[in-house]
Amino acid sequence: MVIYGVYIVSKSGGLIFNHDHNVPRIENEKTFNYPLDIKLSYENKKIVVSFGQKDGINVGHVLTAVNGNVVIGRELENGKDVFELLEQPDSFPLSLKFSRARMTTNEKIFLASMFYPLFAIASQLSPEPRCSGIEILEADTFRLHCYQTLTGIKFIVVAESSQSGIEILLKRVYELYGDYVLKNPFYSLEMPIRCELFETNLQTLLENVEKSGTGSV
Amino acid sequence: MSRASTKLDSKKVNSELFTLTYGALVAQLLKDYENVEDVNKQLERMGYNMGIRLIEDFLARTGSGRCYDFRDTAEKIQTGFKIFLGITPTITNWSAAGDEFSLCFEANPLTEFVELPDHCLNLKYCNILIGILRGACEMVQMEIACWFVQDQLKNDSTNELRVKFIKRLEDAIPAGED
Repeated sequence: MVIYGVYIVSKSGGLIFNHDHNVPRIENEKTFNYPLDIKLSYENKKIVVSFGQKDGINVGHVLTAVNGNVVIGRELENGKDVFELLEQPDSFPLSLKFSRARMTTNEKIFLASMFYPLFAIASQLSPEPRCSGIEILEADTFRLHCYQTLTGIKFIVVAESSQSGIEILLKRVYELYGDYVLKNPFYSLEMPIRCELFETNLQTLLENVEKSGTGSV
Repeated sequence: MSRASTKLDSKKVNSELFTLTYGALVAQLLKDYENVEDVNKQLERMGYNMGIRLIEDFLARTGSGRCYDFRDTAEKIQTGFKIFLGITPTITNWSAAGDEFSLCFEANPLTEFVELPDHCLNLKYCNILIGILRGACEMVQMEIACWFVQDQLKNDSTNELRVKFIKRLEDAIPAGED
């Protein structure tokens, strides 16, 4: 029973809140000899494994450190280009650290605003009138649950497929929003939510649901 | 007030505290503006800002669905009064077209200790309610107008709040419902 994250999208389609709850952190460090037996490529300002997966280092993982030095873009902290380094036989053996790519805030905002038209398209494609739009979006590794309130705010929970009772959880999150966000006099509507009380209460709620299901909330 | 904080629910806030706080607010506004008309306007505006937030609390707690008929709306407004003010107004005086009704109530928690002084007989003391109703309905894509036709503060026998449906705000209806 794992909940990966909670997102709130405003009436106009902007991401106003996101909370990463329980995203497993995958990190692998391994010592490599020359020549390197995995293929790396530079995509989206990250060095990504493009082929040759082994020892838990999968295609799509991102190179985060070389010999303990953090990789920024395609360079090390001291300005050396990583690809040049990897081509020099005398720099080996090298210890490379890979981890799963994490979404940046910008990417999250981007995806949230992408979900908005998808939701609208889904409701228009419907063969029956009055379709609610996407409520559940299912994939092999997760399930996305969306609840749109009458006022047009969308609450989205991304969870493991086997997690049950998310509908109730979504309603609870809505209650928390009504309490800790809207009753906060310093919060202005449609703006990003930066309310600590909301976040702590949400955290507690999610932990309870994971531990003992929705019966307890 | 949600289920997450049931501790708050068990010791509900004393309505007198609420009455007095509201009284203090109106008195302060009268001092600040001097002009009764301005105070009426301010109260309405404040109510509106409360309404657009309060509606989420109402929806989250009652789990009520969208209204497709003004009679539904009337009942929901009645529930709202019960939840937030602890009174149950009666719904009466429907217009023939079904787009106007009255909410009548005897006890008004806002005015419990209030007598209007002579120089502000035009003051609409409970104008905040009007703003709240308007703001809340606007957030669920309904434009309404409301006003007091009878007011105990003005020596009427009861309080009567008239609510009129103006239109649905079609452009604001969220995707999936239009």
